[in-house]
Amino acid sequence: MPNKIIAILEQREGKLKRFAFEAVSAAVKLADELKLEKEAVVVGNEIENLSEVGNYGISRIVHLKSDKLENYSSSGYAEVLTNYINDSGADFLLLANTAYGKDLAPILAVKTDSGLIADAVKLDTSSGELVVTRPVYAGKALADVKFKTEKKVLTIRPNVFKAVPANGNSPEIVVKEVTPANLKSRVVSFKKSEGKLDVAEADIIVSGGRGLKGPENFHLIEKLADVLGGAVGASRAVVDAGWRPHREQVGQTGKTVSPSLYIACGISGAIQHLAGMSSAKYIVAINKDKDAPIFNVADYGIAGDIFEILPKLTEEIEKIKSQ
Amino acid sequence: MNIAVCVSHVPDTATKIKIGADNKSIDAAGVTYIINPYDEFAVEEALKWKESSGGDSKVTVFSVGNDASKETIKKALAMGADDGVLIKTENDLDSLGIAKALAEELKQHSFDVVFCGKQSVDYDDSAVPQMLAELLGYSCATVVVDLKREGNKITAEREIEGGREVVELELPAVIGAQKGLNEPRYASLKGIMAAKKKTITEKPASAVENKTEIVKMNTPPPKQPGRILGTDASAVPELVRLLREEAKVI
Repeated sequence: MPNKIIAILEQREGKLKRFAFEAVSAAVKLADELKLEKEAVVVGNEIENLSEVGNYGISRIVHLKSDKLENYSSSGYAEVLTNYINDSGADFLLLANTAYGKDLAPILAVKTDSGLIADAVKLDTSSGELVVTRPVYAGKALADVKFKTEKKVLTIRPNVFKAVPANGNSPEIVVKEVTPANLKSRVVSFKKSEGKLDVAEADIIVSGGRGLKGPENFHLIEKLADVLGGAVGASRAVVDAGWRPHREQVGQTGKTVSPSLYIACGISGAIQHLAGMSSAKYIVAINKDKDAPIFNVADYGIAGDIFEILPKLTEEIEKIKSQ
Repeated sequence: MNIAVCVSHVPDTATKIKIGADNKSIDAAGVTYIINPYDEFAVEEALKWKESSGGDSKVTVFSVGNDASKETIKKALAMGADDGVLIKTENDLDSLGIAKALAEELKQHSFDVVFCGKQSVDYDDSAVPQMLAELLGYSCATVVVDLKREGNKITAEREIEGGREVVELELPAVIGAQKGLNEPRYASLKGIMAAKKKTITEKPASAVENKTEIVKMNTPPPKQPGRILGTDASAVPELVRLLREEAKVI
């Protein structure tokens, strides 16, 4: 049995990311159930909100600090983390399956000779042994997977495991100055997408498909997303047609998302699209064709004209928000 | 320049998935297999690098799998790759197993660059490119949507939440291609004919053991179809009410 679990937290621009707290909560729960020691580790230079980790039940945070590691470097981060992990005797690493966790976890698995299970949506320890459920084939199937090794690296899907507030003791923050030798791959800058929220991070997504009839009509989608504080998504058809950028594509060759609310507008619901969004908590479909497959996964639907319904929906929601 | 591309043979994204009799894998009967969609971007990028480097540059395609994977290697050869290697195994390897089988073979050549798709659309781990790079001691960037090379230096833009990270790295490197990196070419008739004369060498996969094990596979429970609230804008107030009071999401 493993003896220590480490939640490896993501920071960007000196701030812990939202999904870092989900990783903390998941690690706390596993530590309780499997009787493990627990701590959190973060790599970076100055990080402003480290003490917030204490609100989620971990009382020791190790900050591997170097001004050379202010930005992400897969090689540098993996090196200092591996050194720390080997010293600390931890044999269970947990990360959120974000771009950061996805990049880093496989490298750590190789460096620490661990098994890797990525993108968990359910963790079950009721048998005394951890069984991880993860989507495969873009969610068309679910696999229950076990580790065969003592050493484990696990990533959890964002937005699935909630960050649960726990005893809010102020945590012990241990700063360790580190000197990375291997910076052969390093981030030198970040180009922010134009002003909009990313579908991978959003809790509400409004997506448009062919039913919009042309890129010039996507302002209807943008407006609704805006009043809801959500992100704009798109079907593969409209991305392939060049109406929208690929970063907005939801589906098997785009992004797999699990928001609280997904509003599909003028999207018929091709199998590869459904695979990317059907784990949303609530799905609304607006589509002229009442037989469109999207209605099979939707909680609520309106089988009508999006050009008439979308402005009305935006207006109604604006009304509520202004109340 | 010596260029490698790793490709994976996967079920078509339009395929319905049924669980096989072992309850641990899918039923392959009636499933159309294709080259992993992200690998097409990897093959295209490899061919572009070959064309721009000229000289005696060469693109070799690798795939880990059984005989069926030859179809996918052939697809890459038809697009223009020079030759192929099937690293043969009948075992269903996990990501680390695949990365190790690839690394064992690749380290016998000295590649300047290895292109992979950023993820294969079967097990969706998004792990093999990074693992392979680590095993080979190469630098790595994945989910790459833009790539520039100057001598030994590469500048890659990788897609992350909210934007793109600009990553600098050096050759030799493993690059995980994301959709948008380029526009993959179609295999021409000439390319398809030429591919028939290209060789696919078979090598047994090195003995690797999985560190994880699939114990069960299910299809997700079908969602109960929801309610159609109406056929025009008059249904909007009811929709908004349900989203607020029942779903509590707005």
